[in-house]
Amino acid sequence: MSIQVEHVSKSYGAFRALDDVSLAVPTGQLVALLGPSGSGKTTLLRVIAGLEWPDPGSGAIRVDDADVAHRDVADRRVGFVFQHYALFRHMSVFENVAFGLRVRPRRWRLREAEIRERVRRLLALVQLEALGGRYPSELSGGQRQRIALARALAIEPKVLLLDEPFGALDAKVRQGLRRWLRRLHDELHVTSVFVTHDQEEALEVADRVVVMNQGRVEQTGAPDEIFHAPATAFVMDFLGNVNLFHGRVENGKARFGPLVVDPVGPGAEGAEARLFVRPHDLKVHEHPNGEPSLRAVVRRVNRAGASVKLELATDAGEPLLAELSHEEFAAAAVTAGQEVYVSPRSARLFLGEDE
Amino acid sequence: MSARGGRANGERPAVRRALIAVALVFVGVVLFVPLTAVFAQAFAHGARAFAAALATPDARAAIRLTLLTALIAVPANAAFGLAAGWAIGKFRFRGRHILITLLDLPFSVSPVIAGLVLVLLLGERGWLGPFLLAHNIRIIFAVPGIVLATMFVTVPFVARVLIPLMEAQGTDEEQAARGLGAGGWQILRRVTLPNIKWGLLYGVILCNARAMGEFGAVSVVSGHIRGLTDTMPLHVEILYNEYNEVGAFAVASLLTVLALVTLAVKLLVERTGAAAPGPR
Repeated sequence: MSIQVEHVSKSYGAFRALDDVSLAVPTGQLVALLGPSGSGKTTLLRVIAGLEWPDPGSGAIRVDDADVAHRDVADRRVGFVFQHYALFRHMSVFENVAFGLRVRPRRWRLREAEIRERVRRLLALVQLEALGGRYPSELSGGQRQRIALARALAIEPKVLLLDEPFGALDAKVRQGLRRWLRRLHDELHVTSVFVTHDQEEALEVADRVVVMNQGRVEQTGAPDEIFHAPATAFVMDFLGNVNLFHGRVENGKARFGPLVVDPVGPGAEGAEARLFVRPHDLKVHEHPNGEPSLRAVVRRVNRAGASVKLELATDAGEPLLAELSHEEFAAAAVTAGQEVYVSPRSARLFLGEDE
Repeated sequence: MSARGGRANGERPAVRRALIAVALVFVGVVLFVPLTAVFAQAFAHGARAFAAALATPDARAAIRLTLLTALIAVPANAAFGLAAGWAIGKFRFRGRHILITLLDLPFSVSPVIAGLVLVLLLGERGWLGPFLLAHNIRIIFAVPGIVLATMFVTVPFVARVLIPLMEAQGTDEEQAARGLGAGGWQILRRVTLPNIKWGLLYGVILCNARAMGEFGAVSVVSGHIRGLTDTMPLHVEILYNEYNEVGAFAVASLLTVLALVTLAVKLLVERTGAAAPGPR
């Protein structure tokens, strides 16, 4: 069941939460809506669910090629998992999962035995068979999340929508649960969209990532594509730590002090240029080796982790971050306080004003 | 949590004991002694006199009227409180704060004034008086007036309990229920009501206590017609003014018992509500 969002806008008074957003989620995919808070990602999810209405006259929302923009959430058959789960606190886990089956109009309602069987299977699916008799307040965060998911799946939704599914969990549980969600999705193949502000989560779990900023879609693509070929400076910046150099285009080349990027396309002469370098794309040498490089002083070395992180400062006092493998670090033989030379292994150049 | 022995604030035990003693003496003088006096006076001439005082037709009419008033006013205010709690607690709209303030009016205005307003509006010489007279509808100095006055005075009780509760619970569960296909009534019956049942019960108990005990507002609109428009509190006053102390205190003791039962039920509701696995 595919989802199509076409030119949808949503305003709250003067604030444009969604600004002409279009989006396609192909059948069976798991898509992440990624962005900072206030970027409109949750609003978009709620509009797809039917919990919010798009501005009148703006665009269409199609689920399976049927326009659902004016259909109530109750008629859309979407499974929605709320950020804080919204489990019914006065019902047992079992009754929570059974809710969607029990409130069906009488002529479509399953028999009690069938309901019990369906709920049992769903609890088994989320690996919480033994907890049917408990109340939500007696569950851990991760267990509540999985019950919320089982409850949403009970109505056999056409699409599954998850709002910050791991937002309220601690780091360890989060990692386990997101891998579990990915496996579950591979099993069920229900078209799913989840909202997150965590780029690692989006890149690890999703088939496709939609990066949002200020109510607009900045870029849509496979995680690989988003990470290695960010379309805008915002995406580059949002997807992890980055070193930023400011410069200008002169004689067809972008110049950032001693660093030069060439050639720049025509018509950019005199334009402002920004060079983004990921910390792991920064090479660090003890001595200049002929390549164009920047002189910097090592401020701090942090070896606790899979890689070694260096905090540096350029001559101009600008902070830089470099990430080296332990082998590279051993080879470079640098210590805090030492003067070093850094050069980018690869970088992305963006021309034009800061937006 | 304070440490065992209660020295969280570091005060000396002597100070603590003195404070507790002051509190106990105060409660004893202001609450316990009068309460005991009510029963002592009621039974001053023995149980037979007590029973006889309650068995008079006037006393029985007063008890019936009080029960009838509560039976109408409490469910009406429970329904209203539920609607107000839902609207104010779960939605943001223009005039929301004005509505909350208005709800407090019966608390801040003297009940006598509430009664007077009803007389001004609905009495023979009131704004709607000629109309009511023409259609032979009696409200003031009759049972409908007593019910109206009681409802006015007890309006805030249920709403006041439910608004903060429903506000804190938010609308997530209702939205989830809607997304799972539940209709409006199903959401109310299966999600909203179970979540607020203890709060609702608590509000109803308080509302009932006040409805049965209300004096000021009811006194103004009642007309004190014995056997017809006398509620229990009004009847107590009449008997007392007639120097019928056993009768006055007998009816008063009934009201007191009612208050004690209310407190006991309230305590029970608080305990059970807090111990229930789900709603807080």
